[in-house]
Amino acid sequence: MKLVCPAGNLPSLKAAVDNGADAVYIGFRDSTSARHFAGLNFTHKQIEKGLQYARDQKVKVFVAINTYPYPSDFAHWQRAVDMAAGLDVDALILADIGVMDYACERWPELNLHLSVQSSSTSHEAIRFYAEQFGIRRAVIPRVLSLKQVARLIEHSPVPIEVFGFGSLCVMVEGRCFLSSYVTGQGPNNFGACSPASFVRWQETDRGLETRLNEVLIDQVGKDENAGYPTVCKGRFEVMGKTSYAIEAPTSLNTLPILPELLRIGAAAIKIEGRQRSPAYVKQVTRIMREAIDACKADPDHFTPKQEWMTQLAALSEGMQTTLGAYERTWQ
Amino acid sequence: MTPDTTTVQKPRKRLSLGPILYYWPRDQLRSFYNMVAESAIDIVYLGETVCSKRRSLNTEGWLEIADMLTNAGKEVVLSSLSLIEAASELATLKRICANRHFRVEANDMAAVQMLAGKSGFIAGSTLNIYNTHTLEKLASLGAKRWVMPVEQSREILHEFRQQMESSMEIEVFAWGRLPLAFSARCYTARNHKLPKDDCQFRCLDDPDGMLLRTREDDSFLVLNGIQTQSALTHNLVQELKDPDIDIFRISPQSLHTGKIIKVFHDCLTGQQDIDQAVVVLESLMPTGPCNGYWYGEAGMLAGCSTA
Repeated sequence: MKLVCPAGNLPSLKAAVDNGADAVYIGFRDSTSARHFAGLNFTHKQIEKGLQYARDQKVKVFVAINTYPYPSDFAHWQRAVDMAAGLDVDALILADIGVMDYACERWPELNLHLSVQSSSTSHEAIRFYAEQFGIRRAVIPRVLSLKQVARLIEHSPVPIEVFGFGSLCVMVEGRCFLSSYVTGQGPNNFGACSPASFVRWQETDRGLETRLNEVLIDQVGKDENAGYPTVCKGRFEVMGKTSYAIEAPTSLNTLPILPELLRIGAAAIKIEGRQRSPAYVKQVTRIMREAIDACKADPDHFTPKQEWMTQLAALSEGMQTTLGAYERTWQ
Repeated sequence: MTPDTTTVQKPRKRLSLGPILYYWPRDQLRSFYNMVAESAIDIVYLGETVCSKRRSLNTEGWLEIADMLTNAGKEVVLSSLSLIEAASELATLKRICANRHFRVEANDMAAVQMLAGKSGFIAGSTLNIYNTHTLEKLASLGAKRWVMPVEQSREILHEFRQQMESSMEIEVFAWGRLPLAFSARCYTARNHKLPKDDCQFRCLDDPDGMLLRTREDDSFLVLNGIQTQSALTHNLVQELKDPDIDIFRISPQSLHTGKIIKVFHDCLTGQQDIDQAVVVLESLMPTGPCNGYWYGEAGMLAGCSTA
């Protein structure tokens, strides 16, 4: 079970490499990748540097080109694929069928991974991409129970990478228009959820308000933490009651089920957070590395250390974590 | 009389009825489709696309309705589930894709995998077709029609039309609360404080979904089981003359669907003035209008028709 860590810049990449990542995933500095935030991600030169650093320590580098180009933008995504191929990266993480088709025709030797943004939740969907484009790994959405993941791994034609820690998308990745409904820009068409330019924080008599394109997402009192205003983690009124009607601010943490993920044959565990700081990458990578090593050494007696759980919770949205859809009761 | 071969007749624009996205009891489904059989709709999409626990009708029950509508002269398409999680859902999908009588709308790549090589399937709006390269790939696998993702604009559609080589029909979501997201979690159950596995079929309480308001009392979203929709109704009646669109999809709602079909049809055939239709249709919306996506704006915005 390999550990795949995020990096939004060179210091994060180094932090991941130094703290035990088996692979680091990165993106270009534009809308070709699903963490398109100002100041984040890599130029060509930075990727060259990062690749060198990772290779020296035998760590792999994956490049995510996992958004969906419109017809007039397609050539730009083709150039991104060409650039990554030219850099001889270890894998491309792709979501769009057209881009995948181009990559496998133009660069047949390239190692292609299926992005979580492709919304592939069954072995039949994964088989489609394996047969058509020869993908060699698939990252699956955070919507399946542990039992369903086990079944998928059993039937999948390629190894499966699962999410292990980080901000939790509660909707199927690649099929969520909540951000674009409110702002016009979302993960598929822009490469970011709730772009910062639409976010407004405002101190009022009623508390701190968070708004997304003027829509009130949450309003928090003095003793509460205000989360980043994503639609799915706001407080709304349903049937006369105000609550986190979709999900509370929380992050995914799979440490409690690590032995099961190992046992069912998950090929890799992915950490979310290319938009987070090098300090985050360092800490999460170190904890996950320790945990995976301990789990592999003695899976039958593995229990997550309390200090790991506490430290991960401190790095989480709303300072709390969940097993998400892996656990049936969450659903 | 010999036909005039100098003018190429563009195929007539058609109206389709999308699958019912909500959970309605069997009797309501039957009477609804009896009404549809008498209506001016051309194409009817049938089946459960949101939650496999909803079983007012089993596959055989849907096929009976499909036969009835076919006999009434409608083109019938079987729509597939959008989010596939359980083994039982894949088994149902397999049966739908293996049927020999009706075309299938693929709403997930698992369905495309099962339909690939069979001519005539419909590429549903959740397949994430964002460029011509992807569309042509699906055409090469047998897709004959494409339902554009709801977040794409008329400008994007126009780019498609200019680049496309295949003769794919294009359908747009022209009326209804917009499907915006799917999840493993059931929000209807959550807001009733019930576990999903014991949801007590509470979706039956809300024939048009459960309204979610902001704390400023704005009607914002609709929770429909594992699906989240817009509270506002997307309406493209003003676009009926757009040369890039072949088929206009009307998404069913519990009230007034027959009247909505009639207004769209009357506008399409020139029997009703479109400005007048806009006013009539707004009175038939559960909450209010939106059409921002079509003009390349935030989907929730309305009144962008002069853009």
